[in-house]
Amino acid sequence: MPQATLTRTATEAADMVLTLTVAGQLCGVPVLSVRDVLGEQAITRIPLAPPEIAGSLNLRGRIVTALDLRRRLGLPPRDPGRPAMSVVVEVGGELYSLLADQVGEVLALNPAERAPNPPTLQPAWRDLSLGVQRLGGSLLVLLDVGRLLEIEA
Amino acid sequence: MDDLLADFLTESKEGLQALDAALLGLEKTPGDSRLVSEAFRIVHTIKGTCGFLGLSRLEAVAHAAENLLGHWRDGTLAVTAGGITAILSALDRIRLILTSLETAGREPEGDDTSLVALLDAAIRGEAEAGPAGTPAAQPEPAADPLPGAQPAGPQTIRVAVEILEDLMTLVSELVLTRNQLLQLARAEENSAFAVPLQRLSQITSDLQDGVMKTRMQPIGTAWSKLPRLVRDLSHELGKRIELDMRGAETELDRQVLELIKDPLTHMVRNSADHGLETPEARRAAGKPETGRILLHAYHEGGHIVMELADDGRGLDTQRIRQKVVAQGLATEAELAAMSPADIHRFIFRPGFSTAAAVTSVSGRGVGMDVVKTNIERIGGTVDVRSEQGRGTRFVVKIPLTLAIAAALIVEAGGERFAIPQTGVLELVRIGAEQADGPRLERLGESPVMRLRDRLLPLIPLAGLLRLGEEAAEPRFVVVTQVGAQIFGIVVDRVFDTEEIVVKPVAPILRHVTMFSGNTILGDGSVIMILDPAGIARATGLGAEAAPDAASEHAVARSGGSGRRTALLLFRAGSTAPCAVPLALVARLEELEAGRIERAGDRMLVQYRGGLMPVLPLPGVVPAGDGRQPVLVFGEGERAFGLMVEEILDVVEEELRLDDAGLRPGFLGSGVVAGRVTDLLDAAYWLRQGGTDWFSPAARAADGARILVVEDSAFFRNLIVPTLTAAGHQVSTVANGREALRLRDAGERFDAILSDIEMPEMDGLALAAAIRAGGPWADLPIVALTGRASPDDIARGREAGFTDYIGKYDREALLVSLAECLRANAA
Repeated sequence: MPQATLTRTATEAADMVLTLTVAGQLCGVPVLSVRDVLGEQAITRIPLAPPEIAGSLNLRGRIVTALDLRRRLGLPPRDPGRPAMSVVVEVGGELYSLLADQVGEVLALNPAERAPNPPTLQPAWRDLSLGVQRLGGSLLVLLDVGRLLEIEA
Repeated sequence: MDDLLADFLTESKEGLQALDAALLGLEKTPGDSRLVSEAFRIVHTIKGTCGFLGLSRLEAVAHAAENLLGHWRDGTLAVTAGGITAILSALDRIRLILTSLETAGREPEGDDTSLVALLDAAIRGEAEAGPAGTPAAQPEPAADPLPGAQPAGPQTIRVAVEILEDLMTLVSELVLTRNQLLQLARAEENSAFAVPLQRLSQITSDLQDGVMKTRMQPIGTAWSKLPRLVRDLSHELGKRIELDMRGAETELDRQVLELIKDPLTHMVRNSADHGLETPEARRAAGKPETGRILLHAYHEGGHIVMELADDGRGLDTQRIRQKVVAQGLATEAELAAMSPADIHRFIFRPGFSTAAAVTSVSGRGVGMDVVKTNIERIGGTVDVRSEQGRGTRFVVKIPLTLAIAAALIVEAGGERFAIPQTGVLELVRIGAEQADGPRLERLGESPVMRLRDRLLPLIPLAGLLRLGEEAAEPRFVVVTQVGAQIFGIVVDRVFDTEEIVVKPVAPILRHVTMFSGNTILGDGSVIMILDPAGIARATGLGAEAAPDAASEHAVARSGGSGRRTALLLFRAGSTAPCAVPLALVARLEELEAGRIERAGDRMLVQYRGGLMPVLPLPGVVPAGDGRQPVLVFGEGERAFGLMVEEILDVVEEELRLDDAGLRPGFLGSGVVAGRVTDLLDAAYWLRQGGTDWFSPAARAADGARILVVEDSAFFRNLIVPTLTAAGHQVSTVANGREALRLRDAGERFDAILSDIEMPEMDGLALAAAIRAGGPWADLPIVALTGRASPDDIARGREAGFTDYIGKYDREALLVSLAECLRANAA
């Protein structure tokens, strides 16, 4: 496991990601946009909302809109028994919760090991990925948080 | 101390501190033009405000200092140390005067001539030469009587709005946590926490109140610029205007306050420009030369009501009518059905301006529609009342706060929702257990409910929001009003009312127009807040179209509700649906086909203890077995049925008739609910229904001779069948003049029904003429109008009308007529 040196200068923080897993795939979101990580939450359904929107939840008095990453990426739904983890991100002053299967750790990424999206990446992923990062034996997809939230109404 | 002065003091003190810093900086770097500009701006602001407040001493000092700074700013004079000293002494003097203002509420006595002379000398470049002038000016401040008087601390401090908003959020959160704790404690008896928790609860409530108060501001802050505006306008327009402001201390949320400033300014402008007349015109009209604009704010329930009235010429109904027709917003016939108040409401239409001349003040076509849109955006309403020659009054109703609202918590399809209580009229329980209570009925696919003789369209919430199956038995109807439209929202359960903190929905969800926001309940869960206006629009019930809808159709739809008619849609013969005004139909029946008997070439059915003739509409084949849908017209003895194929729906629509494709029995066709629809001519079918209908033998004993004065053929066709069916003998004319011609020709009637708005001679004039004398002077005259407001009724009675009835109100018409006839016979 490549242990990040935790000297948090601004430049390094910009290259740090929080890892999470969606249907077995390791993903990362920029740590600077993350506001909170929560366990299973009571989520209120929002009628007539796009299917990717799981609902809304209460984070210490702020209303957070929950986005189901599996649905957003066109993946099969989670097993009913397995609770989702919430990664709360802030975009444009609004809080959104990204529902993932698991949340991992904060990693500093080496920009040199980043590769553009392979052309064979499925379109659903390609549109939402900023690139792919080699990480030891596995690959991490860098999620584009802004694009994740661009849902066609 | 007056609020304005307090604000001025706070502002000026801050300004002076900044000025101190700027001047000291300038001493170090005399060439810094940014510092010079800043110093100039501060002094300029102080001078401007104190002139306004009538602080002459302060103004003189600030003016002299401003002059010097002005020269520096323009580069006509170099910044010198002597000059800076002179400005600093001026600053000290200003501070001294301010302190006195704060403690004593007025400027102290004193003489500033030498200080002003010093500043003027600096402008002439003499300051350097005569530094002796400075000490000469010094003793003056000491002469001011302020020894030992501790300056009172600041009465107000400025706090960034952001901090207040954050506080509000924190308090909301605290309230929620408190509620959770209370819920936990309730489960445990004799908990040691009970007493401290009670105390915490109380403090939390007080804190919430306190924080709410910090957001409240007197409405006067939004009015503060108006006196000046009115003064300038009166000069510009050559009018004398007095502005009377009442209730300036009425408080409302600052967010709301910000949002009403612009609409308000616009309305005051309008009143000054269009509303009030020139002094000459006023004198000629026998009014005082000085026009008056009255602004009055007060609390009413959870709202602030703000009235803006002028005593000017009032709205020109005739001109609005012409403009409406010219712009194609409505036809003459439609206007004829409207009350003056409805016609006045056209001024809220986009692009509508009746100003004959475009002045620099108003009349540019950006008008009341923008005002209305802005007010509606914050959940408010605006209406207009006007009387020609007497003035115009706008009534604006706005919510006290956007942040907190009372809401009804309901459940549908297993989810909970909040409905803002402002639009809720009543809650009705429906269900099988109350056999004679309100029931959910169906007209075709559309659920409706009969509530005190009103047919309410119902919207099942679960279905609307696609929450799966509706509960087998919906149990509550939330009767809701949006504009003039009343409808019921069907829900499964109703919980409590709760004060909710309204939060906007995330941008990603803005397109879902059914919700106006979301909120967190006491138990910590998030729920959506329903927007009744959005629901009405989404289901086509909305009496008011979306403000941004620009198409002609949408614009036409946004009109006063007076022109919208509840239509019963049904199918008869062709694929195109047919329509008949719901008001004409007494009942809808599904009769057993076997009960319909043939007698010769007529069909009869035993109905409510009598025999009712029934007739199939062309193309309708009477059902051989099963049930036959029938529209029943008339009452009792005079009931008459029309067989149709299928009853489809009830819709509320504006009717635009197109005479093309006219066939007997139909008035024409128009577009209803997006489909070409034939409008049934009920009068024609009544005549077809049975010969004895119009024969003298069959005339009811109380059958009276009625004259209907109505210019619109459409409304004549609505009213005549109703009267004929009730056994009356009906004659019709198109306007007041024709009616009087009948009178002079010696015609006799028992009662007169008259429209108000008609060409040539309107209803009011007709009533006055009839009452003035002649054979008809004592006849009952009933006014027919699209809408009857209390004002209209009062004017109608003054003119001589016996009663005032809505055109669509068939029941009321017959009752009123019967009463009038009885009273007259007695």
